[in-house]
Amino acid sequence: MAPEPGTAETSPLHQYQEHLRNGSFRYQFSPRAGRGFFPPRVLCPFTGATELEWREASGFGTVHATTVVHPRDGEPYNVALVECDEGFRLMTRVEGIDPAAVAIGQRVRVSIRLPDGDEAPHPVFEPVAGEA
Amino acid sequence: MAIVGVAESDLGLVAAGMTPVDLMAQAVGRALVDAGLELADVDGLCAAAAQLLMPTAALSAYLGISPRFVDATSVGGASFESHVASAEAAIAAGRCETVVIAYGSTRRSTRGSGGLPSDTDPYEGPYRPVAPFTQYALAASRHMHEFGTTREHLAAVAVSARRWAQLNPKAFNREPLTIDDVLAARMMSYPLTVRDSCLLTDGGGAVVLTSAERARSLRKPPVHVLGTGQAVTHMGIAGMPDLTVTGAAESGRQAYEAAGLGPADVDVVEVYDAFTINTLLFLEDLGFCAKGEAGPLVASGAIDPGGTLPVNTNGGGLSYCHPGMYGIFLLIEAARQVRGEAGDRQVAGAEVALAHGNGGFLSAQSTVILGAASTI
Repeated sequence: MAPEPGTAETSPLHQYQEHLRNGSFRYQFSPRAGRGFFPPRVLCPFTGATELEWREASGFGTVHATTVVHPRDGEPYNVALVECDEGFRLMTRVEGIDPAAVAIGQRVRVSIRLPDGDEAPHPVFEPVAGEA
Repeated sequence: MAIVGVAESDLGLVAAGMTPVDLMAQAVGRALVDAGLELADVDGLCAAAAQLLMPTAALSAYLGISPRFVDATSVGGASFESHVASAEAAIAAGRCETVVIAYGSTRRSTRGSGGLPSDTDPYEGPYRPVAPFTQYALAASRHMHEFGTTREHLAAVAVSARRWAQLNPKAFNREPLTIDDVLAARMMSYPLTVRDSCLLTDGGGAVVLTSAERARSLRKPPVHVLGTGQAVTHMGIAGMPDLTVTGAAESGRQAYEAAGLGPADVDVVEVYDAFTINTLLFLEDLGFCAKGEAGPLVASGAIDPGGTLPVNTNGGGLSYCHPGMYGIFLLIEAARQVRGEAGDRQVAGAEVALAHGNGGFLSAQSTVILGAASTI
């Protein structure tokens, strides 16, 4: 039996992760709102529209906030919020630099992590060489 | 509408086997004694608790009551302030006459984390944020970047809370605390050390509310609800529109407008200090100083005992108690201050108190302004 019109055949999460597995960091764009948003949803948080496009992000962004987690066991690690150039923000990790050296305003570029096993694909960011 | 009864349950580390509902019921029983009312008088019930799926059902059953009005709105530590607004509307509409708001938690005894959303948010999970420290640390990083707020400014919030706690016999941590102690404490998520962070204790509380008319005939001076306000701006921290401005700006505006008052009219301030950054943000957003200036304000000693702006007079979540969703304790302390019952920590002549609750990751905000009978 055919699914009801409007049935989500693949969740926003799985669509996002499938794009990552294909080497593509994508976000949803709402034509009606004229802007993109994150995290992925079933409808546009600005207009409620369900007509949404998956657009490939340039991968460039700016560190918006940053912290270093000091776990009881293991090395300290970075957690940051990155504002992507397309106007959406996400929680992520900046790698390739001392966690404590990550600074608000730094320009960064996405790098997709495809872990083995059960861990989900996810984007991290690395400093852009030669930029402040 | 007025608060006519307040009480805490056992606090700190409670007896083995005590459940969250035990603590809620204990607080309710004590609050009713405080009000001079009986369980049979209660026809409205509001409750929220991280450990309970159906807090109002569980508590109703335990107390043996069948309230006509119930509200289990759950916005973290802002729940109880939201419950005040809800109770006010219900009483005004004649849906009930006497509402009890209750909270209880055994998270210290059970060492539970409450399963905060970040544990399961698939877009955050891969980055291993340690909720809630990481989220509040991110907000702090932005405040430091935009306004030059320092770790010493944050530490001053903790030192001030401890000074108030030293005047509160029920406070969990009462030993002296210095700026250096805070800076040298175990780092959780930079810049927040364990001393920048609220306690992890058991505890519960309850408040009893009824109509202003009925309150006049009861045993304690009524603490009138002058205004309320609420706002939700995001859920996960990445969605916070501006990491340096919370929804308290909006919830506070609503409450002040309803009360016909402004920040200058407030004699004592109780804000949910889950982390030191919270107090700075809420002092700014509730209009007690300009945006970005709360650090120097706190460092000046203004919010300490004897200062010009008493804040978190019970020692706060930082030093008094923090079972997970702190908001009920703001209402209890605010009411005690307005009644003149706060003992060594009493703010002389306190007539107007502001209680401000926060939930999630600065996600939900709820403000209640309370006043003595002279203010209505």
